[in-house]
Amino acid sequence: MPKDGGIGASSKRREDVRFLTGDGNYTDDINVNGQTYAWFVRSDVAHGTINGIDTSAAEAMDGVLKVFTSADFESAGGIPCGWQVTDRHGQPMQEPKHPILAEGKVRHVGDPVACVVAETLEQARDAAEAVELDIDELEPVLDMKAALADGAPKVHDELTSNLCYDWGFVEENKEAVDEAIKSAAHVVTLELTNNRLVANPMEPRVAVADYNRATGDYTLYTTSQNPHVIRLLMGAFVLSIPEHKLRVVAPDVGGGFGSKIYHYAEEAFVTHASKVVNRPVKWTSTRSEAFISDAHGRDHKTKIELALDENHMFTAVRTDTYANMGAYLSTFAPSIPTWLHGTLMAGNYKTPVVYVNVKAVFTNTTPVDAYRGAGRPEATYQLERVIDKAARELGVDPAELRRKNFIKPEEFPYDTPVAVTYDTGNYHATLDKALEMTDYAGFEKRAEESKARGKLRGYGLAHFIEACGIAPSNLVGQLGARAGLYESASVRVNATGGITVMTGSHSHGQGHETSFAQVVADMIGIDENMIEIEHGDTANTPMGMGTYGSRSIAVGGSAMVRATEKIINKAKKIAAHLMEASESDIELKDGQFSVAGTDKSVAWGDVTLAAYVPHNYPLEEIEPGLEETAFYDPSNFTYPSGAYVCEVEVDPETGKVEVLGFTAADDFGNVINPMIVEGQVHGGVAQGIGQAMLENCVYDENGQLLSASYMDYTMPRADDMPMFDVDHSCQTPCTHNPLGVKGCGEAGAIGSPPAVVNAVIDALHRGGFTNVEHIDMPVTPARVWAAMNS
Amino acid sequence: MYNFDIETPSTVKDAVAALKQEDAQPLGGGQTLIPTMKQRLAMPSALVSLKGIDEMRGICEDDAGRLCIGGSSTHAEVAAGAGKYPALAALAGNIGDPAVRNRGTIGGSVANNDPAACYPAAVLASGATVTTDRREIAADDYFQGMFTTALDEGEIVTEVKFPVPEKAAYMKFEQPASRFALVGVFVAKFADGVRVAVTGASEEGVFRWSEAEAALTSDFSASALEGLSLSGDGMINDLHGSGDYRAHIVKVMTKRAVEAA
Amino acid sequence: MKVTMTVNGQTRTGEAEGRTLLSTFLRETLGLTGTHVGCDTSQCGACVVHVDGKDVKSCTMFAAECEGTEVATIEGQAAPDGTLNKIQQAFQDYHGLQCGFCTPGMVMSAAALLRDNPTPTEAEVREYLEGNICRCTGYHNIVRAILAASGQEVPAVAAE
Repeated sequence: MPKDGGIGASSKRREDVRFLTGDGNYTDDINVNGQTYAWFVRSDVAHGTINGIDTSAAEAMDGVLKVFTSADFESAGGIPCGWQVTDRHGQPMQEPKHPILAEGKVRHVGDPVACVVAETLEQARDAAEAVELDIDELEPVLDMKAALADGAPKVHDELTSNLCYDWGFVEENKEAVDEAIKSAAHVVTLELTNNRLVANPMEPRVAVADYNRATGDYTLYTTSQNPHVIRLLMGAFVLSIPEHKLRVVAPDVGGGFGSKIYHYAEEAFVTHASKVVNRPVKWTSTRSEAFISDAHGRDHKTKIELALDENHMFTAVRTDTYANMGAYLSTFAPSIPTWLHGTLMAGNYKTPVVYVNVKAVFTNTTPVDAYRGAGRPEATYQLERVIDKAARELGVDPAELRRKNFIKPEEFPYDTPVAVTYDTGNYHATLDKALEMTDYAGFEKRAEESKARGKLRGYGLAHFIEACGIAPSNLVGQLGARAGLYESASVRVNATGGITVMTGSHSHGQGHETSFAQVVADMIGIDENMIEIEHGDTANTPMGMGTYGSRSIAVGGSAMVRATEKIINKAKKIAAHLMEASESDIELKDGQFSVAGTDKSVAWGDVTLAAYVPHNYPLEEIEPGLEETAFYDPSNFTYPSGAYVCEVEVDPETGKVEVLGFTAADDFGNVINPMIVEGQVHGGVAQGIGQAMLENCVYDENGQLLSASYMDYTMPRADDMPMFDVDHSCQTPCTHNPLGVKGCGEAGAIGSPPAVVNAVIDALHRGGFTNVEHIDMPVTPARVWAAMNS
Repeated sequence: MYNFDIETPSTVKDAVAALKQEDAQPLGGGQTLIPTMKQRLAMPSALVSLKGIDEMRGICEDDAGRLCIGGSSTHAEVAAGAGKYPALAALAGNIGDPAVRNRGTIGGSVANNDPAACYPAAVLASGATVTTDRREIAADDYFQGMFTTALDEGEIVTEVKFPVPEKAAYMKFEQPASRFALVGVFVAKFADGVRVAVTGASEEGVFRWSEAEAALTSDFSASALEGLSLSGDGMINDLHGSGDYRAHIVKVMTKRAVEAA
Repeated sequence: MKVTMTVNGQTRTGEAEGRTLLSTFLRETLGLTGTHVGCDTSQCGACVVHVDGKDVKSCTMFAAECEGTEVATIEGQAAPDGTLNKIQQAFQDYHGLQCGFCTPGMVMSAAALLRDNPTPTEAEVREYLEGNICRCTGYHNIVRAILAASGQEVPAVAAE
């Protein structure tokens, strides 16, 4: 029976009503009295020396308040990087300055050089065209390997080279890995590219800043996944504004997928400019601007080697990766190819030793940072592709090869050779589930049927693990994070029993307003509609780290549970007083406090009223009121896992691939709202299929972005996608958080790309194209056709 | 975008007069022009909207049996109203997306001559006649390369007249992002021969594949194309496909169009 | 210039320049911010509204071209008391939205589809949504919501 509320119920989303009626409040819907408009002058060359910027003609134009250049930001700091990676030799990464407006050089197409603030948007844009840039074009650095060659032009002249860091993990295992590969019965090698992507939330970025000269207070409305992080980074490191004078509001936000985590130059610009012009300043990104100014994702080039013994047991994995940082370090960029990637290279398998080398490289391209999955899709893709190749080379069933190398259910907790300890899992269960859901046994018959129609059918399997629920602060601190990664919640119970929860998590599509309320309702035993979830405004939520890394329910939800537990404990004291009973005898069920073994009870509302009208109240023992805050810092990551299967048909005449079906069998631990969880998987899988088949960020040899709009960057459309078959019944609850939850936001994007590519390669092999070992993503018709004809 | 005046004449004569202003430009459905103007790649001083001109709307048949489509007819109107020429109706019904089809016009598409647009393939393969405010232009004379036509400054496409073939089909292999044609092939079989027009593929814009026409005129079957091949030289080479790939797809789409006709 | 149109049944007049897009006029001049702008190449469809009964991209049409027309936007879809129409309700019932940004355009496109084709197939729904991009849902639940709104049988929203 479906539950009708609380944990485990597919409660309808309350936030939907405002989104369905046009009553949402997105940042671009916010207009502040007296508002002015900003338009950025951006570099149209990838690399160049700025000889001069002549703003005089622009300044003289109608409606222009001021034209800003880097000279106006001399007192400001650069955009900070939130993570410092230490290299193989114990040295800190090279960390260049990231100015708000370009200083001395431009380093990528889209690098902001100047900005016009004017009375209207069109006036700002007109004037921006009158800003004269005198830039001497320099040879751009685009290819990562070429960027590291001796004599390559430098993106940052003050650095010793274009190498950000050369990271080895686990460095102590390097020799053991080399030895294992040398002595292995089989070594399977694959070179592959993890294609550069653009996150493309449908809402472009917007920032509106309002400085109040009477109070010295700043308010910034911005499209952010983590307003407190923006307040901290921008206030403390860029503009020297103390937190109590800076309010950051992220209202309804139209998707993020990672790209709205980071502190961007445009946010700092409008905040500072608002004080300078003494007017509110609004900037709204166009989609064209988003393509060159939002942080991109992925962009790894990897060689992976998998060693196996004569029984086909994995004995070692060695990888060699080049990771593109782009022109500057975005907020979390250095952590993605390292700690969010290397630590996942054991996958679901008992590989005894692993060595991961990553060279992070500066190039004259847009900065690269986390995009849904962030490092974990890159790890999963390499591993699941090379395992598929191994199965083919060894002539064994790819499901069986995985199964025999899986960590067994009874072996948890399991210490991997890549520093993390998996708390729970049952990979055999998810694999079996996916094979059953997809009628693995019946595939040959389906392939025959396709063949009769002239099509090549393929079956692709991938299994994945991810580390999410980010993250234990003391651990990430050791690894170079410059922030804690706890989460917070305040639970405010009102006199008549309604509850307002203020969470540090941020919902931009995930449905927290519904699912978080389900948790609190379940704990107290009251109706979900008695609970309101507030998020996104630093003025009324406790310091929180926001939403990314599939962390909201695992970390933010846990903070809310802890705060609610405090509420319940205090409410029990009040109830004990009201019923003249011992606190230890008080039970809470269905919103009623009762005394064990008696028929005495008081309702939730009686207790909450007593807390605020404390006439009959133990004032000598406890304070009036019912409001509690908790901060939760997880003791480990969570480890969702799953088996994904893609079935495709390839048209051998055109190379066009059609996804016939996509199946996901996930283990997310406990599930709060199945409807929302399934929706998250659908969206993640669509992005993964997008990466595998459609999406690609391409620069030409001059550093111009060719895929710079929806005319050339292929966003998945409705007719590109099949119906998805998703399951989350294999549940091994997380052992270290109070809800037993693992997180589900990124899984779909992590597990799906290798499933798709494995299916395409399988189809080609079945069709007789046995020379095709690999096709880089996206597997476009042209690439498939070229591979078939190579 | 830059500012401009917008004019809404109700007759072709008034529109032509309005277009005599310096830097005035006609506005059909705007589905290409408006995005171009947003990028500030076009800066007309005035836009002359053709949408309000009744004489440029509607679909009818002339005495020669040709399907005559007013230049301001939207793709949706052609999809619904060109039943006499099903391949043309199907082509119109698959341009862009539904909202674009409710605005974009045949006259605008034919005047713009985007190298990846669908209509030019239909016009050329059908041997249609492009009627303007001042003359009639045969399709073979009309298309003159990528974004280039026989139209003079300020000349308006008021109607396109399509001879209706015995059999025809259009096969579009979509560029996956824009949904324009990566390759589109329109095959039309008339009593006196077959015409094959290809869009999306060539750097020269829409073209007739004469070898395929000759082969299909003597034997209208997919197998008649077996021995033919096109060179990738001169074909568009971009991130969605090489010239060789496009040349290959032209043949595949031609075969499929013959089979579907 | 002054432009007058009927928006969601009410006569509305506002100032527009030649270059004022319908989407800008709705959002900035009339304050109807439910219509969203997600791209500048006329592809994402977040801005879809109906003009004289036809679904159009309001970012690719000038306000001046709408003089005297009937315009319907997302704000006019629910009943005056806030009761969702059947398409809106199906989107909520079937979890057809996540961040909500593409949703107004999706709902307006779905309304246009169902008016012309009251019981579309799954393939027809997907094809009709070619000009509406959603980044959150993978379209699965949008398609189901539209099929459900058309009165067709659709399995329950989620496994329990």
